[in-house]
Amino acid sequence: MARRASPEVNAGSMADIAFLLLIFFLVTTTIETDTGLNRKLPPIDDEQTDPPVIKQKNIFTVLINGKNQMLVEDELMELKDLRKAAVEFLDNGGGTGEDACSYCKGKRNPASSDNPDKAIISLKNERETTYSMYISVQNELVAAYNILRNRRAEELYGQSFAEMEAAYDNTQSPQFKSEKLKEQIERIKIEYPQKLSEVQ
Amino acid sequence: MAKFNKKKSSELPPISTASLPDIVFMLLFFFMVATVMRENTLKINNVLPNADQVEKLDKKDLVMYIYVGQPVKELQGRYGKESVIQLNDKISYVSDIKAFIAAERASKREELRDYLTTALKVDKDANMGLVGDIKQELRKENALKINYTTREGDISANQN
Repeated sequence: MARRASPEVNAGSMADIAFLLLIFFLVTTTIETDTGLNRKLPPIDDEQTDPPVIKQKNIFTVLINGKNQMLVEDELMELKDLRKAAVEFLDNGGGTGEDACSYCKGKRNPASSDNPDKAIISLKNERETTYSMYISVQNELVAAYNILRNRRAEELYGQSFAEMEAAYDNTQSPQFKSEKLKEQIERIKIEYPQKLSEVQ
Repeated sequence: MAKFNKKKSSELPPISTASLPDIVFMLLFFFMVATVMRENTLKINNVLPNADQVEKLDKKDLVMYIYVGQPVKELQGRYGKESVIQLNDKISYVSDIKAFIAAERASKREELRDYLTTALKVDKDANMGLVGDIKQELRKENALKINYTTREGDISANQN
């Protein structure tokens, strides 16, 4: 007697098993948002009085009120102009002599900041300000720093600052945790330090 | 000579269902890859704002999450309509943050304690008063590395 062809396995129950697993995963997992703006808070030390005399022109004040209006250097400003204004302030390089900034491309206006490492951006908000407005402002300020850092990194090393940091942290890149790259990164951070103070 | 069977094709052959589990497995693999096991059930409404200068939060195990937002409808009777904080799975208050941080730090190894980041997942309509209080508490506890969790996108979507 010829062997009967083995009967075909019914595929209907495979679908049931797969549906069960799928429903399990649908219920127990979420598509998590894991991106965000990394910031560092200032440590609390017994609020000493304002450190070494900071010249008024080296401070860029940004105030947000409860109605989400923004006052930059005592003038109303729209959110879309903030990035450009911050870059202009940071990159001004109006200082002379030992405060001079050799790498700034700004207008060198003596009424604005002397040098990026003396330039401080001060952000103040009120209790009623909405978080979305605060984040938008933080975003624009961080963008200003990133623009300047990326530009400087391109000039010095031919890659953007973001690429350099990514290469440093990436386990697969040849420059993972290389000393030389670390020094280069530190140099750019020293040339354009993030001096963002949030007064309460 | 072989026998030729006269094929009776009076009925349509049944549709093969062998490929059905393949389709379902594809969906399943998508979910397995794109999602994470949910750590906390959100008891608050949490719509995150957009930002474009975002960085990825790697090292998930060195992150503590603080959620802020209005309680969900069912819980509004108990907790009111104002924004509240959620730590782990409970709705808590600013004063509980200290204990929360101490507990998180205790659960990590000694040398990793300084690398702990606090992820603030705040609803976009929350007011800054509460967020300011949380930041103040974090500063007191010396948990200075924070991350404002946002979705990646243009900030113009934040205004409405």
